[in-house]
Amino acid sequence: MHLEYFQLIDKVDAVEPAAGVIRAVASVPEESTIFEGHFPGHPLMPGVLLIEAMAQTSGYLLLAMYRFDRMPFLAGVREAKLRAFVEPGQSLDIEARLEHDGSGYAMTKAKIRRAGGAVCDAALTFRLAPFPTDDMRTAMTEHAARLGLGHELLT
Amino acid sequence: MSTTFDTVADIISETCDIPREDITPDSHVIDDLGIDSLDFLDVAFAIDKAFGIKMPFEQWTQQVNEGKVPAEQYFVLKNLCERIDEQVAAKSA
Repeated sequence: MHLEYFQLIDKVDAVEPAAGVIRAVASVPEESTIFEGHFPGHPLMPGVLLIEAMAQTSGYLLLAMYRFDRMPFLAGVREAKLRAFVEPGQSLDIEARLEHDGSGYAMTKAKIRRAGGAVCDAALTFRLAPFPTDDMRTAMTEHAARLGLGHELLT
Repeated sequence: MSTTFDTVADIISETCDIPREDITPDSHVIDDLGIDSLDFLDVAFAIDKAFGIKMPFEQWTQQVNEGKVPAEQYFVLKNLCERIDEQVAAKSA
């Protein structure tokens, strides 16, 4: 994770666009200014950032499904459950599954596990829109390649 | 057996917390029922699931925005239900 850049996942382990599933991993940094405030003397990964990690994982699934022709923008979070505390230095396994591929929108269900134990889960809604700029599309494609998405999924 | 309108009205009532009796075939989704685009995503999702279709909401919105089709064609409930029936018929054809 690069919290200062709001990059919440480190690597895409597997993505199967046809099956609508993606798995990613993320390591919570040992140190971040976020932990100075959340909370003093008791650092915890904020739940909203765990939700964002699930959203970003879902987003790369949708980007791969649409071959970077549509940008998914988070539009809704339903049934979010934060089941366990996450501390600095811990490794997370993130999985997202397509629940519905609608017209101009998509729904996913995502969850995070740590050493096999449930951390959190949520149902997420995304608007699918054309990329606002070519620069954004290029940047997203390049970052997806760094995360490990195969070249065949990038265009 | 429920009609398409009954199913859609039930979905809207439950999804958007609108009294069922306020929803009529002549209700305009936006102007009369006040459903915004985000709530409509949840409605569209429920309709897609209920009828086993992929309502072409993106295409409809584009046609309305380009002035090719009046909004009432898609967003007055009796017309929306006709469009849904067309989608269901096309799927089973």
